[in-house]
Amino acid sequence: MSKESALQRVKFYQTGTHTVGNRLMDEDSRTVQASMDRSNAITSGHRACQGCGEALGARYALDAAMRAAKGQLVAVNATGCLEVFTTPYPETSWQIPWLHSLFGNAPAVATGVAAAMRRKGRNDVKVVAQGGDGGTTDIGFGCLSGMFERNDDVLYICYDNEAYMNTGVQRSSATPPTARTATTPALGDAPGNVFGTGKNLPLIAMAHNIPYVATASVADLHDLEAKITTAMDISGSRYIHIMVPCPLGWGSAPHDTIRLARLAVESGLFPLFEAEHGEVTQSNKIRRKVPVEEYLRPQRRFAHLFRKGHEDTERLAALQRMADVNIKRFNLLAERESP
Amino acid sequence: MLKQVEGSIAVAEAIALCRPEVVCAYPITPQTHIVEGVGALVKKGELENCEFINVESEFAALSVAIGASAAGARAYTATASQGLLYMAEAVYNAGGLGLPIVMTIGNRAIGAPINIWNDHTDAMSMKDAGWIQLFAETNQEGVDLHIQAFRLAEELSCPVMVCIDGFILTHAYERVDIPTQEEVDAFLPPYDPVQVLDPADPYSIGAMVGPEAFTEVRYLAHEKQRQALQLIPEIAEVFKDVFGRASGGLIHPYRTEDAETIVIALGSVNGTIKEVVDEMRDDGMRVGSVSICSFRPFPLAELKETLIGARNVIVLEKSLAPGLGGVVASNVRMALREAPLPVYTVIAGLGGRPITVASIARVIKGAEKGELPDVQFLDLDEEVVAQEVGRAAETRRSGPTAENILKTLGAVSAGRH
Amino acid sequence: MFQVRIHGRGGQGVVTAAELLSVAAFLEGKHAQAFPSFGSERMGAPVVSYCRIDEKEIRSREPISVPNALIIQDPTLLHSVDVFKGLNPEGYILINSRRSFEDLGIAEFVARFPPHHICDVGATELAKKHVGRPVPNAALLGGFAAISGQIHFSSVEQAIHQKFPGDVGVANVAAAREAFEIATSA
Repeated sequence: MSKESALQRVKFYQTGTHTVGNRLMDEDSRTVQASMDRSNAITSGHRACQGCGEALGARYALDAAMRAAKGQLVAVNATGCLEVFTTPYPETSWQIPWLHSLFGNAPAVATGVAAAMRRKGRNDVKVVAQGGDGGTTDIGFGCLSGMFERNDDVLYICYDNEAYMNTGVQRSSATPPTARTATTPALGDAPGNVFGTGKNLPLIAMAHNIPYVATASVADLHDLEAKITTAMDISGSRYIHIMVPCPLGWGSAPHDTIRLARLAVESGLFPLFEAEHGEVTQSNKIRRKVPVEEYLRPQRRFAHLFRKGHEDTERLAALQRMADVNIKRFNLLAERESP
Repeated sequence: MLKQVEGSIAVAEAIALCRPEVVCAYPITPQTHIVEGVGALVKKGELENCEFINVESEFAALSVAIGASAAGARAYTATASQGLLYMAEAVYNAGGLGLPIVMTIGNRAIGAPINIWNDHTDAMSMKDAGWIQLFAETNQEGVDLHIQAFRLAEELSCPVMVCIDGFILTHAYERVDIPTQEEVDAFLPPYDPVQVLDPADPYSIGAMVGPEAFTEVRYLAHEKQRQALQLIPEIAEVFKDVFGRASGGLIHPYRTEDAETIVIALGSVNGTIKEVVDEMRDDGMRVGSVSICSFRPFPLAELKETLIGARNVIVLEKSLAPGLGGVVASNVRMALREAPLPVYTVIAGLGGRPITVASIARVIKGAEKGELPDVQFLDLDEEVVAQEVGRAAETRRSGPTAENILKTLGAVSAGRH
Repeated sequence: MFQVRIHGRGGQGVVTAAELLSVAAFLEGKHAQAFPSFGSERMGAPVVSYCRIDEKEIRSREPISVPNALIIQDPTLLHSVDVFKGLNPEGYILINSRRSFEDLGIAEFVARFPPHHICDVGATELAKKHVGRPVPNAALLGGFAAISGQIHFSSVEQAIHQKFPGDVGVANVAAAREAFEIATSA
């Protein structure tokens, strides 16, 4: 790449640790993030909050996608935190071609980019579209469903932090029950978001019978990169839903981002799986199952469940049931632990 | 080649001659025949190297075009009415990003009450979205403007809307000269984008701009429209050289020299107006007309120069700004701010109401006698209006206006038989 | 300018009739403008289409309110829609019916017009016979060529072949020819 010299190279300040992708492992087993040659699609200097799960998730995903696409990648971005914090005027953190149009149209814009590349004979160029949960499950859902239905050659990545964080933490259709947001305040008889609402976008994506759907977590870098790499090898519509904790919106400590992402998986609330053409092909087994309480308690958005002397056991039990249903449905426990 | 052909099909053939690389289709009356026509040309293999994408909404249609255009492809779509409003956010976005997309509007009213017939409310709702807006008087001009639109859009990096009156033009069969591929290729070079998504030269497109620079960005959008004021007549001249006929440009004055009364309008109604002008000229009345071809940019100087000698200016427009009056008329008044002439607003043809030679002639005579009100609704059924106003005054829960008027009309026509 | 208004019902090819008429005129080097009444037509609903024919460019876009000729594709419209509205006193009337004007209840009205300007042809039956479907539009154009003298039958024939290539066109032309002959000898 002629422009490579202009791009900011990766600098590692820590070596010989597990922090940036197991650099103590043998070279073939290391992550893309552990490589000095990774593209660093989102370079330093962006304006994300400390501990931002989305900043990590996007960099992990796009660096893996860049490697898979041999550097021939275009990213389309929905409006949202990722878009705002990476392009503070007049700067940009993006070291790949990047296009932002609107909040609700990233999948359609990506369809257009892919169509243009095909017509320009640039079949080597791959297209990734990305958005937060609001841009994906709510306002962009129509365009996303259209993109899936046409099986357009785009990998769509949703960075799910379970609310509209960019506008100040309002409820989305990905906000879990009981979570406090600015529009589901922790007041009244049923504080926080109500039960019986919301949508499961990975399952909806599968219902479109697209070639590949996966969920991933910033807590499992190897798994996330493997899924991105798998997706990049497939043509047609692909969907990856990555859970990315948000310290601001969740009321959690910046240093707990990875821990919370892991607890979401280990509690069963956020199952990790892959599906092809509408069928689940694989689910990641929970290594150490934890009660949902362990995941919920460190987050202030759930603080009303744990008031001293007024612990909301009823709703905690309901949340536990949701986790248990996931565990059963996606077969998340290793054989020996299954009942 | 001269053909007797439906307007929509003529436009579809013109689009194909412009070799678009990405065409997005979503049906809405009365535009649908156009994208159907383009789709058929792609399927038949007559339009090669084109992605024809059936999308799930107008919002997606323009969004796909935005992505395609930003990635360097020549992109086209078409819509009308509610569809244009549904994609409104993307219309402004394409304008702001300066993407040279060409979009046909088969002009149609906007509900409620729902109405599928022609007026210009749809196009007027997007007049300030940073697009160039051209209005065709005939299907021949519709064809010619589309060919010019791609060149204009790509030279300026600015999207262009070509407005053709729904049904009146889109569904009319008339004689159209469809140019050859060689002629169009000679006029319209392949699209060579200014800014493009290229992994070898990565740019961020569509980043946020704060108060420090937003005004400057908007000023440049205004400046681009002012450049278009130069470019539109230039391109029309080149077009005339290549194709041998005059089409496009900013305005079309008709018998305006020495005219005391000049009627201004957009689109197909100018044909009917010309009939009136000729009839009245035969009767010795000094009447002329001006068809505004380019509504955005608005040709202030050209209009002023044409109108300056007149005594009365009548703007006959198929749009209404409720609470103000005319949309086009307000713009025309801007052109005459240094030469105060009476500018009468005549709201006509809303939701497909026929605009007749007789009614136009009556308006012109009214203006010459100084009897026109500032704002007039052409052929308004005052009886029905008075009845509904009276009814609404009588009872607090007076119900829906549109349905009441239909009921009144039914009663009125039954009573007359 | 010669102006034709065509009345019929959705599904009878009313809009296509105006189109074909305009193409026939175009083929003779004339200017022609055909357009529908712009309704959201449903099968069976009353539909109107228009065609203007002239030696010079046609600029007017108003609907035709004073036609020179009427083609009435469905006689059941005679008493539900004011089909004769605005018809020129020297105008032409072509009705798709095998019944007499007396039977149709319009004998008194049509008596005001020159006798050779008035004609009824059983175009639906002709269409059934030749095309196999009750679509009277092409056959009526044959009748129109005969009574109006505005277009040659050969142009109608050519227009039909352009619109319907192959056997469908041949069948429609046969229906039109028979209607032309009936109207000529009427």
